[in-house]
Amino acid sequence: MKALVYVTLKPSVLDPQGKAIHHSVESLGYKNINDIRQGKFFEIALDPSVSEADARDAVERIAKDVLANPVIEDYRVEISQ
Amino acid sequence: MKFGVVVFPGSNCDHDAYHVISKHVGQPVDFIWHKETDLSGFDAIIIPGGFSYGDYLRAGALARFSPVMESVKRFAADGGFVFGICNGFQILCESGLLQGALRRNAGLHFVCKHVNLKVENSNMPFTTEVEQDKVLSIPIAHAEGNYTCDDATYHSLEENGQIVFRYCDENGEVTDEANPNGARSNIAGISNLNRNVLGMMPHPERACEELLGSNDGRDIFRSLTKAIDLRQAA
Repeated sequence: MKALVYVTLKPSVLDPQGKAIHHSVESLGYKNINDIRQGKFFEIALDPSVSEADARDAVERIAKDVLANPVIEDYRVEISQ
Repeated sequence: MKFGVVVFPGSNCDHDAYHVISKHVGQPVDFIWHKETDLSGFDAIIIPGGFSYGDYLRAGALARFSPVMESVKRFAADGGFVFGICNGFQILCESGLLQGALRRNAGLHFVCKHVNLKVENSNMPFTTEVEQDKVLSIPIAHAEGNYTCDDATYHSLEENGQIVFRYCDENGEVTDEANPNGARSNIAGISNLNRNVLGMMPHPERACEELLGSNDGRDIFRSLTKAIDLRQAA
């Protein structure tokens, strides 16, 4: 079983890296791109014996306590078989 | 009186802090490896600058889980002085000992230069020996010093006098031009509510010798030493 965790800056937090990437993309000639925001992506491999509910529970806690800083970041957890 | 300097894998200002405490503050000081948990006998703990754990994940995010940090939290809760400098400030924010977070500099660059600091609160243990209205010249060297917090936190920091240092110009004016990293309201250093934990992005330990361009950092270490003296006399 795998857990996928997406960590993104809260919408209210400015993202200077995303802005710099946006500028570079624009300089390549891409139009109609309004915004780019950078985040982090984690793949967590779990033992197959763990139930999906337990896996979600554990990974939610890992995301909150370690992977994201809740002061500035949000996170989203997906479980895939 | 005894100071401790915590050493994480990747700390690189630990020896600077040790040098300043032993040579310029003139007090006993020991390194504390991050796996140690016994902080008995120490009066102040310095969390030094550097790149603990290579800044992996976020600056300071992994150091927070080192065994020593649980002891540092207890030490702070018992009123012990904890001083986080640069990466140390980032670690204290990640640990929850200080509020807010330090993000990538607004200009994205690593900024290494002397900045001017306005002392916003000279009535706390780390600043009592700083002359009123003196503008401190102290270097910064960081890529993630962009202090941020939500509105409620900001207002409580301000109301409670927890904003200790702000970036300013040479006349002490807090201006956008003097802000090197985009930090909210030019915040360079904050304390906890009890004023025994201070975190700051600038490096006072690199400003204790005229040879290095400034010795304004000594005012901060002298203040802390005096605070420890007063506590021991009480």
